[in-house]
Amino acid sequence: MPSLLIIEQILNGLQFGVMLFLMAAGLTLIFGVMGLINLAHGSLYMVGAFAAAAVAGATGSFFLGLVAALVAAAFAGAIVEIVVIRRLYKAAHLDQVLATFALILIFSEGTRWVFGSFPLFLDIPDAISGPVTLPGGIEYPLYRLVLIGIGLAVAVGLWALIERTRIGIQIRAGENDREMIAALGIDISKLYTLVFALGAALAGLAGALVGAIQSVQVGMGEPVLILAFVVIVIGGIGSIRGAFVGALLVGLTDTLGGVFLPELFKLFMEAGAAQRSGSAIASMGIYILMGLVLVWRPTGLFGARA
Amino acid sequence: MIVNERAINALVIAGLVGLPLWALVMDEPFTITLVTRAVILALAAAGLNIILGFGGMVSFGHAVFFGIGGYTMGILAYHAQTYTALDLGAFTTGGTKSMPLIWLAAMGLSAIVALFIGLLSLRTSGVYFIMITLAFGQMFYYFAISWAQYGGEDGLSIYVRNDFPGLNTLQPIQFFAICFALLCIVLFVKARLTASPFGLALNAARQSGARVETAGLSPLRLKLLAFVISGAITGLAGALFADLNRFVSPSMFSWQLSGELIVLIIIGGVGRLMGPVIGACVYVALEHVLGGITEFWHVYLGLILLSIVLFARGGLIGLLTGKEGAHV
Repeated sequence: MPSLLIIEQILNGLQFGVMLFLMAAGLTLIFGVMGLINLAHGSLYMVGAFAAAAVAGATGSFFLGLVAALVAAAFAGAIVEIVVIRRLYKAAHLDQVLATFALILIFSEGTRWVFGSFPLFLDIPDAISGPVTLPGGIEYPLYRLVLIGIGLAVAVGLWALIERTRIGIQIRAGENDREMIAALGIDISKLYTLVFALGAALAGLAGALVGAIQSVQVGMGEPVLILAFVVIVIGGIGSIRGAFVGALLVGLTDTLGGVFLPELFKLFMEAGAAQRSGSAIASMGIYILMGLVLVWRPTGLFGARA
Repeated sequence: MIVNERAINALVIAGLVGLPLWALVMDEPFTITLVTRAVILALAAAGLNIILGFGGMVSFGHAVFFGIGGYTMGILAYHAQTYTALDLGAFTTGGTKSMPLIWLAAMGLSAIVALFIGLLSLRTSGVYFIMITLAFGQMFYYFAISWAQYGGEDGLSIYVRNDFPGLNTLQPIQFFAICFALLCIVLFVKARLTASPFGLALNAARQSGARVETAGLSPLRLKLLAFVISGAITGLAGALFADLNRFVSPSMFSWQLSGELIVLIIIGGVGRLMGPVIGACVYVALEHVLGGITEFWHVYLGLILLSIVLFARGGLIGLLTGKEGAHV
């Protein structure tokens, strides 16, 4: 049944999208509040995945692994912020790119040093593995549904945190005018460390959750990082809402394009060529999407500032 | 210690000529290859420095042009060596083994692609520009991986180095001479370009686009032209790099390579003529020395980079000359 296939692929796209959102939310928050472009965000994703795999391997508990991922990534983020990132807020973007590129090198090779080059594996606990039958008779892996649920829950939680809490007010105020809120007696450097650690924790969570479907290895963070960049460029840098919409768009485009473009091309090409050119174009699909969005709106869908 | 920048430049050039000659006498072809690698990377970074140093555009996707140069060489040479036709739609060709032709094709193609990427990405600036160029780099990377006809993920081996009239390119020293001559030409052109009205206007556009506009010039056009020239030079370097290794693979398009090109410039000094050259020499030396000590040499590279960004703004030249900025 093609409609079943379509629904299944849409779910896959959503799952991919919400995981991208976890990465992109941290990136966009850090850029929005501190004006920092953080290439090392992918490393925090990797730190989360490795922490989860190590702790889950040692204790046998996936849940403890997730907690470890959150704690380790937030901790690594806070340390990095205090030691390095703090000195970069006023620096040019080029310096930020370079320093965080240096951090990637240190994190990646450091991790290889500690854990070796072989991938680790993170097992999904029995309770949330295996397929479930959805209404309409679709068999779908439960774990992926759980991922979609967690992603949506984090999105709602983040929205509530930023719109409804005191910390959120401070974060929003920090985006607008950092001198002003410092003058109002808020310790801006503590707030920055907190935001950075929050972004890091989200990245670490994403790393651990995705690490259970893929393997946990050095270099796993950077492809996701670049996709997260595409997401926030599409959504508008600094906008959480933009990150959410952008993440879903990218997730769906990538997943659906990979499946349906070759099929579409088969309508007017011979099968082998259609498969080849279809998947080649699909692999570039999200970048084409990004290009189109930028032609239409150079600061992204929800970006106000240039 | 304060040293004159001209003295440093002269010393670097002397070293680049002297070391391979010494290696030739001592019969150490590997050293010549190492220096050739540094020269080619310097050429690629020199291309990037036109927009990054003089134009203030941080392109995190310059590996696109490096890769295009590499694949141009790979594809043309592959067809020439296998005696198969290359169908370009309008006409077919048998490929070529001639380096000058390959260079022309590599530069032309890179320039065309740079025009398109530039038109799209120069609509934005700052962080958007960085991320968009990065994303374009990934786009080409994934395209190269899925391009099964030319090796896909495994890349494409070219068994014999291409020809240059009158020279035996298989001799490391002769191939080095070609690369070095090209680097000198590009550096000379770049020096002239920086001092030309175009270079001055580009520098002005970096500092204040609005003022350039009131002077009746279009900052976008200036930047676009610089982007195209920059892409063409990096493309040339890519073709040479492919010839050096006799191998092209999607990794020539990788974002790590784009990052490394920026790193080379920063190590040497942004916006300085010889910055990329010094950066490339130091980088290749580090890679060779640290890489021999530990497999994890990137950790040290990362630490060195971090200290340069945090403590030695202006790169090595800045450190040695005591002047942080390159611009007057």
